[in-house]
Amino acid sequence: MKKIFLAKLTTVALAVVAVVSSFRPMDGDPIKVGVYGPFSGGSAPMGLSMRNGVRLAVNEINAAGGVMGRKIELVERDDEAKNERGGQIMQELLFKEEVSAILGPINTGVADASTKYSNEKKVPQIINVAAGAKVNDLFATTPDNYIFRIAANDYVQSEMIIREALQKRKFKKPALLCDDTNYGQGGRAKMEAALAKRKITPVSVGKFKLKDTDMTAQLQEAKAAGADVLLVYGIGPELAAIANNLEKIGWKVQIIGGWTLSMSNFINNAGKNGNGATMPQTFIENGAVNGKAAKFLAAYEAAYKEKNIPVAVAAAQGYDSVYLLKMAIEQAGSTDGPKVKAALENFKKGYAGVTGTYKKPFSATDHEAIHEANVVMGVVKDGIVVPPIK
Amino acid sequence: MEQFIQLLIGGIAQGMIYALVAFGYNITFSTSRSFNFSHGNFLMLGGVVGLILYINNQLPFLAMVFAVVLVGLVMGLILYKSSIEPSLKSKSNYAWILATLAFGIILKNMVEVFWSTDDFRFDSPLGNAPMRVLGVGVLPQEILIIVVALCIVVAVESFKKYTIFGKAIVAVSEDKNTASLMGINQRFVILFSFLLSSVIACLAGVLVAPITMVGATMGTVLGVKAYAVSIIGGLESGYGVLLGGLIIGLSEAFTARYISTGYKDAPGFLILILVLLFLPSGIFGKTIIKKV
Repeated sequence: MKKIFLAKLTTVALAVVAVVSSFRPMDGDPIKVGVYGPFSGGSAPMGLSMRNGVRLAVNEINAAGGVMGRKIELVERDDEAKNERGGQIMQELLFKEEVSAILGPINTGVADASTKYSNEKKVPQIINVAAGAKVNDLFATTPDNYIFRIAANDYVQSEMIIREALQKRKFKKPALLCDDTNYGQGGRAKMEAALAKRKITPVSVGKFKLKDTDMTAQLQEAKAAGADVLLVYGIGPELAAIANNLEKIGWKVQIIGGWTLSMSNFINNAGKNGNGATMPQTFIENGAVNGKAAKFLAAYEAAYKEKNIPVAVAAAQGYDSVYLLKMAIEQAGSTDGPKVKAALENFKKGYAGVTGTYKKPFSATDHEAIHEANVVMGVVKDGIVVPPIK
Repeated sequence: MEQFIQLLIGGIAQGMIYALVAFGYNITFSTSRSFNFSHGNFLMLGGVVGLILYINNQLPFLAMVFAVVLVGLVMGLILYKSSIEPSLKSKSNYAWILATLAFGIILKNMVEVFWSTDDFRFDSPLGNAPMRVLGVGVLPQEILIIVVALCIVVAVESFKKYTIFGKAIVAVSEDKNTASLMGINQRFVILFSFLLSSVIACLAGVLVAPITMVGATMGTVLGVKAYAVSIIGGLESGYGVLLGGLIIGLSEAFTARYISTGYKDAPGFLILILVLLFLPSGIFGKTIIKKV
């Protein structure tokens, strides 16, 4: 009698286990990864280049058999560069689509409005473009931090910009000119801090809005204040307006600024007025490329028929973010958030990517893959970005 | 002094751009008490078509302008038939607002999906190099904008004043029902005003393109600023928009330089509030007493 009861109990238990496990993803199911960024509107070139880079890496991985035998399935969402859309998308990706990881976004404000959801749900998020978003700063409030970044953050960028301007080129009177978004104003604050460290205050601090095309007043203010170099933080079209307005008022001054000076819509719209603009870069399309980068460029051109990638930095960082995630999942042997996070923080094998070679990209206290050593200053020259002139 | 003149010229050119866009609101508001809330996106369409034909396909400038006028006519007709006529018929006072807004969103998204989301350079037919006059840099395109905007406003206003059809437009804007009783085809007058307004928007797109660059979002901010210009100048006054445009354009330039770049837009909107408080029908507007 007792034996039969035990047998029944075991059957029931097995059935329960079977039912429960059928709710969990099977080994053959694809791994869902959320990707979001601005795929429409003024920031779209960055979002689309990033997405192309991500798709390229995912297609390569899936063609080679996937991750642990499972294909990666992208869930793509357009945040239109709107902060509130970022939060909505995150809730959809995490709680409805139940993605295993998240890549993106582009805009600092969108990122800051959305990272708390990843931390709540304990799903790793690799920010692959937004430079101003809080990443390591989050440790103070969220010790169990799931946010990682592969992009030159504003601390790295502003430090390099200031060093280029003051130490390397010996300018003495910088003027700052930044847009009024979270990105621009974050950059302004960090550049001011980097200047304060050297006991220098900018001779003028100007502001402009997205879609402003007349920068005469801002430039006159900087010129009247006696500026000898212009440090800028904004995105392509407005930066081009600055370069074009400089020519209009007949002021020849060096422009140094954030990585966005390499965006195609700066370079094309500024034309010859953009020559000489200098910015920190994690990836230079026309630079001395290593084997991996050359392969990436050839594959990108074949897939998207774009010779000059509109925003090469975003595409390269997007591509690398997928491979970092893949390696972390393989190392963890699971798509479980905390396990993947632990693997990201403790890479066993190094990763040789398009933007550089990373021995140990992240650690438990540092979620930034890119430090000054990975970044070089690029210069705009006749329509392309070239490595710095030695 | 050089700086001052530089700002003055920049402010006037910017103001004339605003005025030209705002003029599109006035033309239709006077005849139908409604206007195209996505006027800025019509401007964008003009710029995009201009770019594709003139820059990408190297068509002659005048052929491109002709094509843009044609696009303006067709789009004006579609807008009128899809968004304005039904809401005028339904006696709804506000349906046209949502209908035209929706029309503009569709237009903008279609351009983004089927064309591009990027911003492109539009080389001015007069050259991109600024001319130097006494140390002040002036773009040839800025002069063109000022001249063309003035010409369009003066031409349309004279047309309304001195031709028989123009007088019919004025009659409809004064009193629709009486005009109908006098034998004026009211619906045709309203349709005509929408066609005219949308052609002007598309031409304005080509005109401002060398200054603003061409992209799906080029008209959004211009469209919004132009509402303010329209209201300041008076929604029913043609020449009022010129003054409204100058007020906003110059206040932006001088505030940014002499007060703070962060407060650039503040004085313009402050004036807007003052005008709404003390001169609700605009500086040049006529106060109409509605008898009930």
